[in-house]
Amino acid sequence: MTSTDSSAAIAAAYRSQLSRRRSYSALLWAIFALLLISGFRLADKRNAGGFWEGLSQVFDYPSELIAEAAGKAGNLPGLIWSALPALVETLNIAAAATLTGAIGGGIMALLSTRGLAPWPRLVPLFRRLLDIARAVPELVIALVLIFVLGGGPVPAALAIGFHTVGALGKLFSEVAENASLKPVEGLESVGASWLQRVWFGIIPQVAPNWASYAMLRFEINIRASAILGFVGAGGIGYELRNAISWGQGRYDAAAAIFILLFATIVFFDQLTSMVREHLVRGQERGEAGGRI
Amino acid sequence: MMAVLEAHPAHRLIGRKRLFSLAVPAVVLAYLLYVAVAFDIAGLAGRARWDNGAALLQDFWSYKIHVTRNNRTDGGIEASVEGMRNATFSTDNQPDWITVRPDGGREIALPQGNSVTFAGDGLVTLTTAEASYDIRPVSDGIETDIPNPPEGFSVSDKRFSADLPGGARLTVTRSRSEVFRRQPGWELFFFDLSSPFHGRSLTELVGLAVSGERLDPERSNIAGMARDFWRNSIWHHGDVAWAIFETILMAFLGTFGAGLISLPLAFMAASNFAPMRIVRQVFRRFFDFLRGVDALIWTIILSRAFGPGPLTGSLAMLLTETGTFGKLFSEALENIDEKPVEGLRSTGAGPLPRIRWAVIPQIAPVILSQLLYYLESNTRSATIIGAITGGGIGLLLMQAMQTQKDWEHVTYYIVLIVLMVIFMDWLSGRIRARLIRG
Repeated sequence: MTSTDSSAAIAAAYRSQLSRRRSYSALLWAIFALLLISGFRLADKRNAGGFWEGLSQVFDYPSELIAEAAGKAGNLPGLIWSALPALVETLNIAAAATLTGAIGGGIMALLSTRGLAPWPRLVPLFRRLLDIARAVPELVIALVLIFVLGGGPVPAALAIGFHTVGALGKLFSEVAENASLKPVEGLESVGASWLQRVWFGIIPQVAPNWASYAMLRFEINIRASAILGFVGAGGIGYELRNAISWGQGRYDAAAAIFILLFATIVFFDQLTSMVREHLVRGQERGEAGGRI
Repeated sequence: MMAVLEAHPAHRLIGRKRLFSLAVPAVVLAYLLYVAVAFDIAGLAGRARWDNGAALLQDFWSYKIHVTRNNRTDGGIEASVEGMRNATFSTDNQPDWITVRPDGGREIALPQGNSVTFAGDGLVTLTTAEASYDIRPVSDGIETDIPNPPEGFSVSDKRFSADLPGGARLTVTRSRSEVFRRQPGWELFFFDLSSPFHGRSLTELVGLAVSGERLDPERSNIAGMARDFWRNSIWHHGDVAWAIFETILMAFLGTFGAGLISLPLAFMAASNFAPMRIVRQVFRRFFDFLRGVDALIWTIILSRAFGPGPLTGSLAMLLTETGTFGKLFSEALENIDEKPVEGLRSTGAGPLPRIRWAVIPQIAPVILSQLLYYLESNTRSATIIGAITGGGIGLLLMQAMQTQKDWEHVTYYIVLIVLMVIFMDWLSGRIRARLIRG
């Protein structure tokens, strides 16, 4: 008798707990939905044009653009060709920023990883520095540097590079935290300096993952570099802004840059995800090889 | 023996690795050199405007008070912050280093013992430790007699200017005589000159807040302070707070809207849920397309339809992130454990209950932590998109940059942006830890 009683009590308690949990999550969902809807209405109210009126016009601009560009399809290859130098500049900004950012991020990561840092007491300081570097949007630094250095690729590369130090530094340090310290101890026992310990003990372990994160960042930085061009830092974004400001009659120029930018981003999106997959797979194979 | 060792695959492998580890830094270095040439780093120093940089750095932590005499019409003398009309000091509330002369002119004390006198008849006298210089504005220029102007002075028959120590400056032309004096800090940050609370010390303010009679009979002093701070006509704290809110709103709508839309679509792009291979391919390419167009192009296209504003920014972000999340979520779906699904299937559950009870619990933590991670990174994107599409703190920053003089506002916005991103980072980390633990 008692066992049925207690099991009934347990069942009742379970049911009440379950219904309480369900009402909690229903409440959370309701709050979330309310926030989303009211946020949307607020954004709609503060926008110059309304959502519902605009929705019917969403395809007007792209279709006008496509129609005009299709009419002048003969111009497109020439226009794409003439936009190529700007594209190369955008890619160079992204690549230089990624490389310098990865080098800086690697150094900062080593300085801010417990167990590896040469000055363990300064680890929190370097971590805060990384947080700040990560928190500053590229736009902020780029605008300040454009004012001082003049327009062009250097402010954009410096701005993106600075942000990349912060973003990669954090990821790199997470990878380095998981690296085995045994090679470092072995090197230390033979009297290797800190640089030698890191270079021969840590870098080979973390290199594939670091490279993979750097590739991911490169793809993000291409987009960032295009956007910064739009606010005056040169490259394809700058050309794009000029092309769209010409407006109707020159839609073929805008279309050419849209096509080029789209193709570039898709290309690097696919390429980096392929290379990253290869890097991670290669690492697994390398480990297996090490055991033989 | 040696030959055998050389031929061993391990040696070849090591040799290749050694070559690789030397080649990578060499290639990186060569590339950076190429970029340095392509970007014309050498010519950069010539193009750079270091004076802009100096002005910017100085304005970051200090501001100027202008004392201006109109030489054309009435000879009226006004002192104002950065020459702003709405920050002009009234005659009975002048800074203490300005003294009114009996003839209606002013004595202006400057750092390091220098001083400038605006006489009532327009004569300007600059007194430094070494000498004293008279400059008189006349109808077709200025009259002065300085045979050997010291360093920092520039004299012509149209214009006199002197850069003085401590960031002070005197300029005289026929239309106006003007003195700049630098003060540390950000001017009128809390209360502008029209507020009764301006110029009071902290203890005075606390005293007024706690007790004391009402400066404005309509509201208590605390409410008055909050109101005057919020409506500060120089710093517009209220508008800035709105702009920050708008930026966060854009990030919130873009991230979570994309999450809601991409979750059902992700099932169609996951190999273990898509009804047909071709469907999976179509959805995957669709996600690639959304991602590839990029927020920049989406912003341009959407702002044609919706006009500038936060809605356009959040929709642009929503479209790009739908592509990102679609890819991420479909990968998460492909990696689920199939056993709970089979268990539910064995009880005769249909596809929707199977998804609800066997799939969602597995991917929910992944999805939530991705969404929250992207919320923080989208706060930064929203700042940048706002600068293009005209919304939020990004636009304010862009405008303050374009005026090229309100650098203290630029600093203020930068500090706020960084604090906002750090706050969102902290918030999303907190929520992530909470939800995934609970």
